[in-house]
Amino acid sequence: MATSVAVPLNEKGRWNHLYKVLSKPGPFSDEDWVPGEETINALESSKILGAGGLGCEILKNLALSGFKDIHVIDMGIADTIDISNLNRQFLFRQADIGKPKAEVAAAFVEKRVKGVKITPYVGKIQDKDEDYYMQFKIVICGLDSIEARRWINSTLIGMVDLENPESLKPLVDGGTEGRPPHSNYLNIQKLIVYTGFKGQARVILPTLSSCIECQLDMHAPRPAVPLCTIATIPRQPQHCIEWAHQIAWQEKRKDDTFDSDDMEHISWVYNTALERAQQFHIHGVTFQMTQGVVKNIIPAIASTNAVIAASTTSEVLKIATSCNPYLENYMMYAGEEGVYTYTFEAEKKADCPVCGNLARNMDVDPNMTLGDFIDSLGEKAEAQLKKPSMRTEEKTLYQRFPPQLEEHTRPNLVLKLSELLENGQEIAVSDPAYTIDFRFRLHFR
Amino acid sequence: MAPSPAALSGPTSKERKYDRQLRLWAATGQQALEDARVLLVNSDGPLGSSSTGVTGVAGVEALKNLVLPGIGGFTIVDPAIVTEADLGVNFFLEEASLGKSRADETCRLLRELNPDVQGYSYSKSITELLGDAEFLPRHKLVIISGPTKRSTLETLCETAQKLEIPVLYIHSVGFCATFSLQLPSEFPIVETHPDPESTQDLRLLHPWPELANAVASLGNLESMDDHQHGHVPYLLLLLRFLEQWKQSHEGNMPSNYKEKTEFREFVRSNARTENAEGGEENFDEAIAAVVKTISPFSLRSSIREIFEMPQCHQLTTTSADFWIIASAIRTFYNTHNVLPLPGSLPDMKAKSADYVALQNVYKKKARHDVEEVTATIRQLESDLGRTTLILDREVEVFCKNAAHIKVVRGRAIPQISNNSDAALLKAVRSGLQMPESLASLFIACQILDAVVDEIQSNPALHDGRSVDDDGLWIAHRDRILTSLTLGDPAAIDESALEGIDDAIQEVRRAEGGELHNIASLAGGLVAQESLKVLTRQYVPLDNTCVFDGARSRSEMYRF
Repeated sequence: MATSVAVPLNEKGRWNHLYKVLSKPGPFSDEDWVPGEETINALESSKILGAGGLGCEILKNLALSGFKDIHVIDMGIADTIDISNLNRQFLFRQADIGKPKAEVAAAFVEKRVKGVKITPYVGKIQDKDEDYYMQFKIVICGLDSIEARRWINSTLIGMVDLENPESLKPLVDGGTEGRPPHSNYLNIQKLIVYTGFKGQARVILPTLSSCIECQLDMHAPRPAVPLCTIATIPRQPQHCIEWAHQIAWQEKRKDDTFDSDDMEHISWVYNTALERAQQFHIHGVTFQMTQGVVKNIIPAIASTNAVIAASTTSEVLKIATSCNPYLENYMMYAGEEGVYTYTFEAEKKADCPVCGNLARNMDVDPNMTLGDFIDSLGEKAEAQLKKPSMRTEEKTLYQRFPPQLEEHTRPNLVLKLSELLENGQEIAVSDPAYTIDFRFRLHFR
Repeated sequence: MAPSPAALSGPTSKERKYDRQLRLWAATGQQALEDARVLLVNSDGPLGSSSTGVTGVAGVEALKNLVLPGIGGFTIVDPAIVTEADLGVNFFLEEASLGKSRADETCRLLRELNPDVQGYSYSKSITELLGDAEFLPRHKLVIISGPTKRSTLETLCETAQKLEIPVLYIHSVGFCATFSLQLPSEFPIVETHPDPESTQDLRLLHPWPELANAVASLGNLESMDDHQHGHVPYLLLLLRFLEQWKQSHEGNMPSNYKEKTEFREFVRSNARTENAEGGEENFDEAIAAVVKTISPFSLRSSIREIFEMPQCHQLTTTSADFWIIASAIRTFYNTHNVLPLPGSLPDMKAKSADYVALQNVYKKKARHDVEEVTATIRQLESDLGRTTLILDREVEVFCKNAAHIKVVRGRAIPQISNNSDAALLKAVRSGLQMPESLASLFIACQILDAVVDEIQSNPALHDGRSVDDDGLWIAHRDRILTSLTLGDPAAIDESALEGIDDAIQEVRRAEGGELHNIASLAGGLVAQESLKVLTRQYVPLDNTCVFDGARSRSEMYRF
């Protein structure tokens, strides 16, 4: 066994277990790795940014991994503590309901783990610029929206300056929304199962390894029920709820802004959905289901959160200290039947709109109108863009802003793709949610 | 249908607090949790004067994940006193806890998480507490933080086995975690929550009369207008085309892949493409469903095994409800060659009234099957002289899940020693043969157990010896390997041996200590398995899981 290297005495007692692992090489640690004081110093001086809904677990784990300077962000003002958080977000109590998550969580962990400094920022990750992100060593996120993930991913990739190794910020991402990877879009269209026992952890080295955008099609969006089904031929209780929520509310209460946290609003949708269901002899509309549909609720439990958060923070510790190899680069987790994980290396794609240099191929129907094509981008697994604007190298096809340009390009929406584009032509798509353009090469099918 | 009172006033505050989990295990699962108290045996005393002993963080983290969703209560047994090293790994201790009872302090801080949960703590050894015969039966599950003295572990596991209380035994050492689940010898689960796609049972090859009538009443497809034609539920389309196929194929259904592909093309050829949409969604759905839905009913081998188990044949007055229902379902199967129909229908393109009508055909058949099973059960109950009747709801749930029920045959916590079961040793050896096997980490933890056991069992002899003592590790590595190979070194190949030595090095690196991340991850997994065992929903681990944090992988083993 290698001999231990001396470390500062005052901390030695408390971090006894951690320091042991950091002071000896293991069978899988790199041959060039230097255990001991240097490694421990690197750990303590690493400034870490944590973001998102797995926040309580991630904060606790980072603090007990020996990190001293932790920032938290994106548990926004709108995202205050709700009673339904208490079944898993263990830093919050009944008395904290209504307070901003980041502040309560930071104060709690600082008080419990002496010597750690936690700086909360109540707001959105999109509020911050490159200068802000540049100060961190590693970014770890447990964001619950794909949009926020894609934003941070493209921002960190955009920051990489090959001349400056410090500009490369490893991104460690965890999620529990339970999308099975390796299913193609068609297969899971009919299989909308949010089991609450699933999740994934991944490590992204911006520009060097497969990024979130490369893996986008593994996380297909929930396909929307066609509007005509909701409007005219409901069959499921969920269709009746969507009708009450999307159509009846607009007709009967268009002056009220729908608030999914307002009990009166939910009750109205529930009762309206129930009436419609009775009319069509459809059974099964319940209050719980109504809430689930209108708030897009994903089941969540403490144990799955703990597994995913801990696997991500463990990767952060390994990256910060090099004490063991980090995950390359994806671990999926499913716990309904025993304990199942699958670790694999997701591919870096040459046609990734963010980290690749080729336009991504997309098959389209040449008879489709531009307007329908734009709508379809929201659901296409490889795009998932909700408010796209687009142009070719020569001309603007459709531009949402400024209003004059919108008006000018609006007539294109009713034209067929074949009237606007050549087969195989490349288009650039922008979306207000992202800072970069997405390049697609459209092939007529 | 009037809205229920609960709906008018909105959900209760408890329903709101637990909303995200009630969607996973429903009120019945929640009730089972609230009726349960969990015992955590978090250490078995110090490892000599020079060591801080087991920190037991994985167990504490598991309790956190059980307190949050609202188990009835928990008990922590731990004679240890809080040291500085505990503060660096255990989140449920604070500076003011130093020098106090670790059981009391952890219990106090865990209780803060959920006022609905009762917490109890004992700062003494479990051996002492087991002297009270009423102590263990108060609990529905035992979690033990390893390594622990072998004699303690054996007594606990044996007592729990007699009482049919499940046990989880955990190791969390450095970057490695492993745990095993000991279930009662027979552990039935009805609500296994299989993937909804795999549960679809539509009986297209053998439609019962009402379903056949629904197809017949469709009339002529050709004479339909485009709107009607595009809204015939795909299920009825398939049934209609199957009839036609049968007529042109000497009464046979498409049976192999080639025929199914041909049948699929036949369905496709009937779709209208000259309409405005250039195709029909219901036909697309039908085409996509051919391979999956056109297959004869076959009884899964796991269900056949359950039907063949003696418990299913030799019913007594005291048989568990599960076996009475299983036996009635076996009678149903023997009569009809199918299981009761689950009765659910996937969503499909159709007009509302047509879909609801078709759904009712399935529901009615399912209800009818439940009635038949219930009649058998009532007869059995009366023959056996049972006075408490099985609830209708239980029968219904069982019938709906009949194709996916499971009986786990519990196994003891695996331990490698001279008197280990030959089957266990064989399972471990074959686990080791897999490339990059994680069974090596399981073995390293077995050696750690042996080292700790020796230090704890002979405190006078070994006082001052570290958990990382070279001599002890070498001696116990050899002893465990001898047991494992039954003295034949060739039973394990070179690369497996290298794997074991790597695992030993990684485990020794931590000198028995925990890393919080890995303990927390193990605590998450252990809590998840506890939830499955307590709710009797989903499928629990059978029986050992190893997580390797160095390589970010896990494996399951049946040891």
